[in-house]
Amino acid sequence: MNLAQMLFYVMSFIALASAVFVAATKNLVRSIFMFFITLFALAGLYVLALADFVAVTQIVIYVGGILVLILFAFMLSGRETLNAMALQQKQFISIGKLPAFLLAALFLIVLLNMIIKVDANNLEWVKKSIESKNDIPVNAAMTEDIGVGLMTRYLLPFEAISILLMLALVGAAHLSRKGRGA
Amino acid sequence: MISLTDFLIVSAVLFCIGLYMIVSKHNAIQILIGIELMLNAAILNLVAFGKYDRFNNGGQMFALFAIVLAAATTAVALAIILNVYKQYKTIDPGKIDKLKD
Repeated sequence: MNLAQMLFYVMSFIALASAVFVAATKNLVRSIFMFFITLFALAGLYVLALADFVAVTQIVIYVGGILVLILFAFMLSGRETLNAMALQQKQFISIGKLPAFLLAALFLIVLLNMIIKVDANNLEWVKKSIESKNDIPVNAAMTEDIGVGLMTRYLLPFEAISILLMLALVGAAHLSRKGRGA
Repeated sequence: MISLTDFLIVSAVLFCIGLYMIVSKHNAIQILIGIELMLNAAILNLVAFGKYDRFNNGGQMFALFAIVLAAATTAVALAIILNVYKQYKTIDPGKIDKLKD
């Protein structure tokens, strides 16, 4: 068992444990702050999958953008929102959690069964890519490849996603403005 | 090296935690967090398989696109949640059952 494997197990344990905490806790603010830790551990997992640029993007956009946006949204929206949330959580302490838990557990069993049956390490195309040296070596610098690919092979999805991002910007600004007739 | 199956198992567990949150929570923001967990499980799969696609680099590229999409989704969803709270004074999706009040 080498260092990378050990790091993988530590990271995945942190990610899964904090995700369970996020799902289990009653306190919304605490669950959001715990979600930070899940996202950081996931960024570590991306690094171990040799995707360092994706890991940095994860930290910048998810942790720096999305989570701060969620925090701002309900901390700036006044005390009534927080009170309403606290009230709701006290009302629903343990009603109807069992069916959801059963659904998630059964789905997990199905997924795990399928993953073990597929045996992803011995897939045809994975073997072929290892044979033809198409897999990423440990010391590869992939950021340049990503930049070149973004401007050549993946130009159409890049443009599509930029248009969609602008539409989302306009839509969010329109939805959250103060005036009448939204 | 770390085997592909390990990544798949971690992402399956994350996906199921997200599914549990979506089904069981009575708070729209927590449901949103559950959706983010499921998205992250999918991104982990993309990145793990992208290790075997060096020249086209499809896995990492679409992981980046998925992260950007998640950001756009969250912005719009939060704006909608705040508007719904202004209208109904609750953000429990089970109680929002009228198109027009």
